[in-house]
Amino acid sequence: MYPLEAKNLVKAYANHLALDNVSLKVPEQKIYGLLGPNGAGKTTLIRIINNITAPDSGSILWQGRPLQSSDIANIGYMPEERGLYKKMKVGEQALYLARLKGLSKNDAKIRLKYWFEKFDITSWSDKKLEELSKGMQQKIQFIITVLHEPKLLIFDEPFSGFDPVNAQLLKEEILFLRDKGATVLFSTHNMSSVEEICDEISLINKSKVVLEGNVGQIRQQYAKGVYRLVANESRLTEQTGKNYDILSQTIQDNKIHLRLQKKTGIKTGTLLKELSEQFDIRSFEEEIPSMNDIFIQTVQQ
Amino acid sequence: MSKIGLIIGREYLTRVKKKTFIILTILTPILLAALIAVPLLLSYVKSSEVKSIAVSDASGIYFNRLKNSEQYHFIPAKESFDTYKQKAKDDQGIYACLVINGNLNTDSSAQVSLYSREQIEMELKSFVSSQLENLVRDDKINSYNIPGLKQIIEESNPGISLNTIKWDKNGDEKESSSELAMIIGLICTTVIYIFIFAYGAMVMNGVIEEKSNRIVEVIVSSVKPFDLMMGKIIGIALVGLTQVLLWIVLIGGIIGITSLAMKDSVSPEKMEQISMEMIDQQGIHPSNISAIQASGMPGATNSEMESTDRAGNIIKMISNINIGEIGFWFILYFLGGYLLYASLFAAVGSAIDNQEDSAQFTMPLTIVVLFALYAGMYSASNPNGPLAMWCSMIPFTSPIVMMVRLPFGVPLWQLLVSFGLLVITFMLTTKIASKIYRTGILMYGKKPSYKELWKWLTYKN
Repeated sequence: MYPLEAKNLVKAYANHLALDNVSLKVPEQKIYGLLGPNGAGKTTLIRIINNITAPDSGSILWQGRPLQSSDIANIGYMPEERGLYKKMKVGEQALYLARLKGLSKNDAKIRLKYWFEKFDITSWSDKKLEELSKGMQQKIQFIITVLHEPKLLIFDEPFSGFDPVNAQLLKEEILFLRDKGATVLFSTHNMSSVEEICDEISLINKSKVVLEGNVGQIRQQYAKGVYRLVANESRLTEQTGKNYDILSQTIQDNKIHLRLQKKTGIKTGTLLKELSEQFDIRSFEEEIPSMNDIFIQTVQQ
Repeated sequence: MSKIGLIIGREYLTRVKKKTFIILTILTPILLAALIAVPLLLSYVKSSEVKSIAVSDASGIYFNRLKNSEQYHFIPAKESFDTYKQKAKDDQGIYACLVINGNLNTDSSAQVSLYSREQIEMELKSFVSSQLENLVRDDKINSYNIPGLKQIIEESNPGISLNTIKWDKNGDEKESSSELAMIIGLICTTVIYIFIFAYGAMVMNGVIEEKSNRIVEVIVSSVKPFDLMMGKIIGIALVGLTQVLLWIVLIGGIIGITSLAMKDSVSPEKMEQISMEMIDQQGIHPSNISAIQASGMPGATNSEMESTDRAGNIIKMISNINIGEIGFWFILYFLGGYLLYASLFAAVGSAIDNQEDSAQFTMPLTIVVLFALYAGMYSASNPNGPLAMWCSMIPFTSPIVMMVRLPFGVPLWQLLVSFGLLVITFMLTTKIASKIYRTGILMYGKKPSYKELWKWLTYKN
């Protein structure tokens, strides 16, 4: 059973279809990436999951049953456009928003203290939000999102606006929360972070899910039988192989760097055997496409 | 439900704790009191300064009969007109120079002129002209040589004071004052009018703030948009009630203190006269109604004034106007009118990204509310006419117009129909507004057209 499931979601706005029969399954205690270019429908999907808007048809299942408004206490949501009350004190508004999520005043205070101490920002509690720097505001926003210890965390573009140090901190916190039992759904454009932390992804393009599954498997699936070979050789080679074609070659420091296209239907072992007879191999690896390449390739299709 | 409570709490506390709210709430009654007290004090202080008027009377028949007042003393002109003119340049001596160059009855070329180095005060002008008019009239009457003619004329000019008495349902007579009813009605109308606008705008700005802060998305992931909107509307209504209550307390306190302080220095008659004058001059003007409330009427209820008949009458008249009933309906219409407009203002706030864009959508609201205010003003002189009747029934104008009619007495069925319609309408507008609101708060960028607003109403979410 999946903690969160979207089934055949359709949502139309005045002039366009935002979601066209979108389904996805978010597995327990995994980090699930929601990818897609701007305007693909990610934010609409996230808003539907958050019960902010309702789909025209289709449903959201929470632990196997339809999502109810009481379930939103189990969801923590950090929107892409961060926002808090500028003129309100940091501590006060964190408390207010936590209580809106259904936390009691005392619980909220205790947890707030924990997180403020963890991030070493206890002294900010009495400051108005507008007095803080943008990075500090982002930290507060993160704390508010996770304060009520939701089972499902939704981050819309979590890394936008963070400096590298804070982005790293955030990444670690997200992984930490997952290990503690939370399921994380996050949408992003940042493909390197997808490779780093996502377990599963869905790629949405033009209102449809065009690609989904485990990150490693997807990348493997997109591998086209291209290999990189480094061998001891000081001159360009004129070799041709039975099992491969040379795509490109360069010489660096008395070593030859080759990109090879394996011929269809050939096993990697056969290829390697042929190559080892021809070259003094230093290294040999398959070229696996990055998520970035897959993203661009899929979206441009 | 507890979440709505949280929202109401936040909306209320953040506004009430604001320095500007506290300062404005405390300063407004003080400023109002100053607005009343300063002219009152000045008019009192003024009389201690005596101004001399030199009279050059060529006919010789008027000077001796001119009477001095506290403020103006007539003295015979000892020097030539040119000397006075010269003196005027030195800014010394007499205040004005009155020149009468002949018998005003017999000499057709005779003229009266008043010279001064300053602009002649209205008060002096009317003081002099009324005295001279009386003298000339007396001379004219005497010139007919009819014995007792003056007395006959005076007796034929009796002057009537018209008592207005209202019959209530049981046929009992009640002494009423239509002026007083009008003033009370206009005060209530103006308060509701100001409240709808000021607090409606506060709701709108609150919504815009949340929208432009983008916090709204965080909040509506926890609570329903409808709860957020209603929490804001109710929280701000409480802020308004708090302010009105504080003002009543503060104004009451100020009146109490000043009337104690003035007891010795200003005679009740004078205070009475001043307040009645102010009512005569300014009664219809909305901006001064609260001023009158602060000075005139409660001042007249001061126990010090019971000694005079007129003040006694006013107290009787006030007690004949049913304050309890008016207060009851005032609060109901106050809340009904506020809720009706506040939800619409919230919808406007949700549709736009910043305050500059608000004009297009607040304009229709402004026109309706302004129309209601003017309808109320005109209804004051004819509280049972068709304009007053219809406008006190139509929900968008009824909170404002009904207030004018209330002190004159409105049949219960009309009140019930009017208020029933108001309740139905505000539930309807709240529903419509919440539909626009929940779509609007998540829409950024382009300012929507009315056509798009209409589409939002039909969205399923």
